[in-house]
Amino acid sequence: MSKDISIKKGLNINLVGAAEQTTSIAVLSNVYVINLDDFHGLVPKMLVKQGAEVKVGEVLFYNKNKTDMLFVSPVGGELIEIQRGARRRILTLKILADKKQETLEHTILDFANAGAQEIKAYLLKGGCWPFIKQRPYDIIADPTIAPKAIFISGLATAPLAADIDYVLQGKEKELQAAVSALGKLTPGKVHISVGSSSSSPLAGLNEIELHKILGPHPAGLVGTQINKIDPINKGEVVWTIAPQDLIVIGELLLTGKFNPERIVALVGSSVKVPKYYKTKIGAEISTFLYASGVNTENFRVINGDVLTGAKSSQDGCLGFYNNTVTAIPEGDDYEFFGWAKPVFNKISATRAMTFSWLRPKKKYDLTTNANGEHRAFVVTGQYEKVFPMDIFPMQLLKACMVKDLDEMEQLGLYEVAPEDFSLTEFVCISKQPHQQIIREGLDLLQKEIG
Amino acid sequence: MGLKGKLHEIKQKYKGKKMAPAFNALHTFLYSPDETTHSGSHIRVVDDLKRTMNTVIMALIPVLLFSMFNTGYQHFSAINGFPENFSLMEHFLTWDNFWIGIIKVLPLVVVSYGVGLGVEFLFAVIKGHEVEEGYLVTGMLVPLIVPIDTPLWMLTVAVVFGVVIGKEVFGGTGMNILNPALTIRAFLFFAYPTWMSGDKVWVYDAVNLAGTPDAISGETILGSMAQGKEFSYSVSDMFFGFVPGSVGETSAFLILLGGLFLIFSKIASWRIMVSAVIGSLVMGLMFNQVVELGWITETSKFHGLMDFDFWKHLIVGGLAFGIVYMATDPVTGAQTNKGKWIYGFLIGFLSVMIRVFNPAYPEGVFLAILLMNVFAPTIDHYVIQGNVKRRMKRMKNATIVPKDSGQKAEELKVETV
Repeated sequence: MSKDISIKKGLNINLVGAAEQTTSIAVLSNVYVINLDDFHGLVPKMLVKQGAEVKVGEVLFYNKNKTDMLFVSPVGGELIEIQRGARRRILTLKILADKKQETLEHTILDFANAGAQEIKAYLLKGGCWPFIKQRPYDIIADPTIAPKAIFISGLATAPLAADIDYVLQGKEKELQAAVSALGKLTPGKVHISVGSSSSSPLAGLNEIELHKILGPHPAGLVGTQINKIDPINKGEVVWTIAPQDLIVIGELLLTGKFNPERIVALVGSSVKVPKYYKTKIGAEISTFLYASGVNTENFRVINGDVLTGAKSSQDGCLGFYNNTVTAIPEGDDYEFFGWAKPVFNKISATRAMTFSWLRPKKKYDLTTNANGEHRAFVVTGQYEKVFPMDIFPMQLLKACMVKDLDEMEQLGLYEVAPEDFSLTEFVCISKQPHQQIIREGLDLLQKEIG
Repeated sequence: MGLKGKLHEIKQKYKGKKMAPAFNALHTFLYSPDETTHSGSHIRVVDDLKRTMNTVIMALIPVLLFSMFNTGYQHFSAINGFPENFSLMEHFLTWDNFWIGIIKVLPLVVVSYGVGLGVEFLFAVIKGHEVEEGYLVTGMLVPLIVPIDTPLWMLTVAVVFGVVIGKEVFGGTGMNILNPALTIRAFLFFAYPTWMSGDKVWVYDAVNLAGTPDAISGETILGSMAQGKEFSYSVSDMFFGFVPGSVGETSAFLILLGGLFLIFSKIASWRIMVSAVIGSLVMGLMFNQVVELGWITETSKFHGLMDFDFWKHLIVGGLAFGIVYMATDPVTGAQTNKGKWIYGFLIGFLSVMIRVFNPAYPEGVFLAILLMNVFAPTIDHYVIQGNVKRRMKRMKNATIVPKDSGQKAEELKVETV
């Protein structure tokens, strides 16, 4: 039995450049990069030296604070560079792919009969643990704490995000294996949400609690769904996993191999032919970006969707968690009386001489221009219109800014991740960096309270 | 290279210098900036604070134009008597009337903006932050809420006080507790009470002509009522605004249009406007009932105002203007949706109450709004506590899964390099 959840508050952002539902196989990448920024708050400790040869799935480094949490190589080859930043912090690892592409094989775990500890150890050893994230704090899950429930959102409502139903096609076996195994790690349920009219492979799985979600973005964000299904209380932990990562987990369980392959949507108005590519975690973005072609010189490559993605570049590599790569034009230009004239070609949350409300279905070609300067919070009530959680968004942001731990707790910081504030950030008239504020708030809360 | 390129070069040259905020304020006025997103969302809505403020100003322009004509109309009518068979084109929209508006209202606008923005620029340069747009609306509100014969030097002193004490000491736009425009109005009222109240300042030249054989009176409706005098304005006069009063407050009709525009454009809170109207009607009705039930006698000094039809409170004095343009200030008002209902209701309620009970302050609305500005954070606090309590209750009922205390996960032997 599925339960229907209807979200009313929110905003669908229609952009030019949605991916056509065809998949090409991307050219093999020469080098693969692991960007340590993908793992927020992680202190890595290297296990192999620069110049070492690794196989696919072989350990590169581990978490210094949780030594059994291993991070493995998505590719076979030579570790050619360890880029370090200030205080010798590791920034990126660069691996030169070889021709053999040998894969490290683990003995297959009989997960149907295995206990929770065995499954946990197997996922940690196989390099799949980092796919599991936890809330509070939106970090890689702590393996020593059992979550009260696991949440998986099978619905992408973010602008131009990859269609999850499409990328999961034909992977029922892997998905089932993953949710069956993960289900043993929690005394609670595995909640999976799909669109109300979707034919998602997730909908047919066993041992799960299925929810059907209806409504505009951020209905597809897992944080919204948690808030509606089973909100997090202080002291509780829930796990969240992106559906495309379930495939990797499932494959490790079924075959004993770490297979970092995934289908990525290349989208955005700067891309000539937006479509799907089959590639691997850490692969160079240029291997598929130029296959589709770009129609402008000055554009920004984003690892992820336009609201939550990380800024990358043409030379960048696919992030660990991403299944969307977006390219949109940079907006570093002035506009004559841009604040006063009527606007038809940009999205607005108001009707102040802006006319996007006239054509809600129109697709817009937005640039990275901030459309204004950073200001103090002035206008009220605008965030609440696009924020469906039972939380006061502006008050929570202010609590984070003034670093008031009590208030952060009371107003529900445990329940949110930075991505939940991506839409309020988008509509913000004062151009405040909401996601950064929430991230800093979460970091502080974790440091002080743990 | 065009203007755009030249300005960009100057901007780069002065980056980080002391005068940069002043230059940037002018630059961003001409060209919206080339700033791109750095963190978080890579795209943003087109709305910014300038556009928001500009929308409010647009809603005020009809009121300003009307007030310029009305200034002249009241002046000539006070001298020559109100015209019989009033015709809009013949008696109101005339160049003679408009000229009085230009020489009387425009200087108020110029002084308000000149002095106010001067102070803003000064603070921006001293403190090294950008010039924020808050004063754009305040600067337009101020000339509309003062009596027409306010001397410009008084206005200057009041604007400096209002901007510095009302806003900048709290940290500038977005940080203030009291509405700056109302702070300025209150300063005028309490610093120069003999000038600011009474029956002379509401019509141009009434002050100068006082005591001469040509003396004219320019009593406001509320002023007359507070003294128990009769007045001769019809309901349609009051609604459309052909009556004496503060510069921009008289035309309830244009204020209504402005309010509808602000609600439609989603800039101002309809919750505050609606609840404030309800609040004032409720208080007005209560006073009407008091009179009806015979609880006060006709000799009572409150009788005149209490007997005033409850809905007429909305079309006389500054109540409508206050509700639409001042109570809806998002910075000083309540910030939660529930809070906005309470905040607006109390503004309407208290405005009419002050108006009736204290004949010395016929303009209760600015005091009511200032009072509620002070209480808005308290209202919000209790609204937010409701949310917090719900969260606490949920936590109490939850069974928290304890940490994994059993066997630890299989230890992996690892070596560092």
